[in-house]
Amino acid sequence: MGLKTSNLTFDERVKKAKQDKFMQAAVGKAQDAQFEKRTRAREELGNWNGWRDLGEQIRQHVIKYLPDYLEEFSANIEKNGGHVYFAKTDVDATNYIKQVAKEKQVKKVVKSKSMVTTEIDLDKELLKLPGLSLMETDLAEFILQEDNWDEPTHIVFPTLHKNRDQVREVFQKIGYTGDNDPEHMGRFARKYLRQYFMEADLGITGCNFAIADNGMINLVTNEGNADLTMALPKTQIVVMGMERIVPSLKEAEVLDNLLCRSAVGQKLTSYCTFSAGKLADELDGPEDFHVVILDNGRSNALNTAFEPILQCIRCGACLNVCPVYRQIGGQGYGSIYPGPMGKVLSPVLDGGYENFGELPYACSLCGACSETCPVKIPLHELILEHRKVEMNKLHLDHSLNNVIFKTISVGTKTPILFKGALLGEHLALKPFSNKKENSVENLYPEGKVDKVPKIAPSLIHGWVDVRDLAEPPKVKENFRHWYDRHQKEKRGEING
Amino acid sequence: MHLQMKVCIFSTCIVDLLFPNVGKAMVEVLERFGCETVFPKGQVCCGQPTYNSGYSKETIKTFYNEIDALLSVEADYIVGPSGSCVAMLKEYKDILKDDPAYAQKAQILYDKTYEFTQFIYRVLGILDCGAQLDATATFHRSCHMTRLLKERTAPFVLLDHVKDLKMIPLNNVQLCCGFGGTFSAKEPEISEAMVDDKVNNIVATKAQVLIGADQACLMNIGGRMNRRGEKIKVMHIAEVLNHNVDLKRVKYVKDTDHQMVPANGSGVF
Repeated sequence: MGLKTSNLTFDERVKKAKQDKFMQAAVGKAQDAQFEKRTRAREELGNWNGWRDLGEQIRQHVIKYLPDYLEEFSANIEKNGGHVYFAKTDVDATNYIKQVAKEKQVKKVVKSKSMVTTEIDLDKELLKLPGLSLMETDLAEFILQEDNWDEPTHIVFPTLHKNRDQVREVFQKIGYTGDNDPEHMGRFARKYLRQYFMEADLGITGCNFAIADNGMINLVTNEGNADLTMALPKTQIVVMGMERIVPSLKEAEVLDNLLCRSAVGQKLTSYCTFSAGKLADELDGPEDFHVVILDNGRSNALNTAFEPILQCIRCGACLNVCPVYRQIGGQGYGSIYPGPMGKVLSPVLDGGYENFGELPYACSLCGACSETCPVKIPLHELILEHRKVEMNKLHLDHSLNNVIFKTISVGTKTPILFKGALLGEHLALKPFSNKKENSVENLYPEGKVDKVPKIAPSLIHGWVDVRDLAEPPKVKENFRHWYDRHQKEKRGEING
Repeated sequence: MHLQMKVCIFSTCIVDLLFPNVGKAMVEVLERFGCETVFPKGQVCCGQPTYNSGYSKETIKTFYNEIDALLSVEADYIVGPSGSCVAMLKEYKDILKDDPAYAQKAQILYDKTYEFTQFIYRVLGILDCGAQLDATATFHRSCHMTRLLKERTAPFVLLDHVKDLKMIPLNNVQLCCGFGGTFSAKEPEISEAMVDDKVNNIVATKAQVLIGADQACLMNIGGRMNRRGEKIKVMHIAEVLNHNVDLKRVKYVKDTDHQMVPANGSGVF
């Protein structure tokens, strides 16, 4: 699938999402449920903002000394007999992994949930190898795979857009005959997947945190599938973004706490595992252990205003509070990283403004994301930063809107022009205003504009097509005139 | 009575252009409580429409103009009827921190500027403005006031003390109404879906009045409600606190056992 998930334009995706009432209801319900769970889990911990400060410090520290920690981490992996590969691009990463699979003559691959492997389109690449089969073992990813590789719509809940009946239909294609009870379907999936685990010769996992000082991989899951993926196959490959590192177990503890409470409203997920390659005196675990550390555009953010996005721990809380995500769902964004973190990250990664230039504009800058972020990434400020780069640096807008904004900027810095506007707007809108009855009281004493001619600029249509615009007061009635009169009257009172 | 406090009125462009009643109500309330007001005419706009659209360079002169205008008069405080515009004025300090001519002025602006309800409750220390409004109402909590200015409680405290006013909690009060400045006009499809969500929640309260502390949000929500034919009265909180005032009812925090409610309420999770 890769970073980019759709060839539709942004407007087309939004229109499509708006028609999907089921998706909107599902996302709304999930957001509301998470609002309660997340809040409760954070309150339970106590001193939430203190924990956030700590989380932010840890992540900023790691990003600042990233080369050192990566060196320490990879040295520890190699000391334990594992292999480390630094992949500059998605192609480098998939080539290396395919090479390992070929050398090991891998027939069956099991995978546990990993956004970064979706980012590099690993499944599709591996399946090009003759005789190789592959199974996503995270329940949600498994459903997507069986639904003809449907795209994930959330970084933590990939199937947020599907209900139980849709899941049942997917499962029926692979032999499920039961009802739509999630427990029954879960049991079916468990049995179905178990077979693959037993036969797999390569396990591929992601990585929540890589522990620099002991070379271990920390994974948090609720299904235990990642543990089986690590423990059973003879070869394991871990794929991780290069920023996903912590100095030691101590910092992992802080971040796991922030992550689980923010992502799913649990104090800890059912499984929280620290693992590495098999040691001499151990019974299980992979004999051959590889870690692929991926850049794929992440280093574009280093030493720029966008560096804080590398602090992200992929908890998805920003998606869960975002009012735009609530309306357009994950597929509206056209990136496997949707929501506020996706709006910031997608243009930074190798997709660039060419693919994701509209995303920063699809935001009301309400700041809910920045407020909830457990590692204090100023997400809405970074979204605004993208707009500044697009308009001030790259000059990407050549439409009439660009002219309008430049005109507004002249108008708002020049008091004499604004004074003119206080007169002019009145006249400009007059022909389109009407005094028809209003259901809303106290907003339209002078009438309203509820329709403008087709040729009006898109910005005017954007407002008036959706909602009514108040007709400005008569010049003598505007606030400034009133204030002058009022002051004169007051002085008159005082003098008289 | 103390020495008269001098308050510079920061009207905001939207009140200047469209909603004189909001500005009037704010001035009347402030003067009622002993503030001498002054209005510097050079002010235009806080700069958000262009700055938040990415035109940061073009907007710098808008900031300069606003700073020069608002600081051109001697005043103890600067007060405006919008959490969002006030938050923007306070952001100048960070945006202009390396500007030799304006960094210090932006800091002065930051220290002096308050949103209207913040000023009434936290600076003047008024608990009951003496207002009366016989109605059921719900309050739209604007995002910038809550999250950028970090004032989420002052309006609620003041409304709780308006005689005969029954406040009904708004479901999903934390969600943006879909205004977002030029976002509403640039992304009408998404904005429409957001404001419809907000309107549905407001309609569900069956409130007679929708109150807010940011007229731009009210213009968005009210504009959508009018288009949909939903019945409601829209009032800026300054209009509510200026309604049927009886000075005998006015109460200062210091004369009651009221504990000042922190701006961020019970904390943010």
